[in-house]
Amino acid sequence: MADALFLAISVLTIGSAIAALEMRSLVYGSIALMGTLGGVAGFYVMLDSPFVAMFQLAVYVGSIAVLILFTVMLVKRELIFKKIEDPKRKLAGIGLMLIVILALGAIIMDSGIKTITTDSDPVDFREIGGDFLTYYWPALILMALILAGSVMGALVLARREDTIENEQ
Amino acid sequence: MSNELIEFVLVSIALLGIGIYGLAVKRNAIRMLFAVEIIVNAANLNLVAFARFMPHSGGQTLALFSIAIAAAEVAVGLALIIVAYRMYKNIDIADFRSLKG
Repeated sequence: MADALFLAISVLTIGSAIAALEMRSLVYGSIALMGTLGGVAGFYVMLDSPFVAMFQLAVYVGSIAVLILFTVMLVKRELIFKKIEDPKRKLAGIGLMLIVILALGAIIMDSGIKTITTDSDPVDFREIGGDFLTYYWPALILMALILAGSVMGALVLARREDTIENEQ
Repeated sequence: MSNELIEFVLVSIALLGIGIYGLAVKRNAIRMLFAVEIIVNAANLNLVAFARFMPHSGGQTLALFSIAIAAAEVAVGLALIIVAYRMYKNIDIADFRSLKG
């Protein structure tokens, strides 16, 4: 059975995921999203993968959440507090969510996953480093290029051009 | 290992459901980005959980790649939102229907 720590982290993760989508203010929403991402990092620690947990904290909680906060700051004040959604679509969305959760949950509960447990030692993080530098090195280089390209693309997209300013 | 695999998978399914709800209901572009992030995190949690119970290092490696690509995706997505906000003065995606500048 799940222990108390697991239950606490799952309540934190799922609760703040709902809060991130439902809170009135986008600023509080993005802080709640930080809670979700931090909770997932906690799950990684429970799964004996501290390396992925540190990566999650550094990349998600550290940079992505702050990036989102800065974008929210750039948006007009009344848009931050305005909720844009249709009530009819909300009911349909809740129905869709329940269908997805119940259907996938029923499939998973019916499968053999329920009985899987392990007593083996966790994977050493040194093995991950070895994987990165031996088997996955082309993917690593490709990922570096993609990251550089996407950062440059984001800079080009978000650059304030004088032509746009003149039109306003 | 006191926790079982099924518990992590159930949490991941719950996060996936919440993310799908957000994508279906919200019309605020930034909130839709939140929903995408929640879904990506559900997938990563699954990868790491299955990697722990195999046990195999491949799942963690793939999760690290996924996190890095998600960072790039968020940077481009936020830049697109800023451009769209500058053009339409709004972040409601219903206003983004006509893509002409």
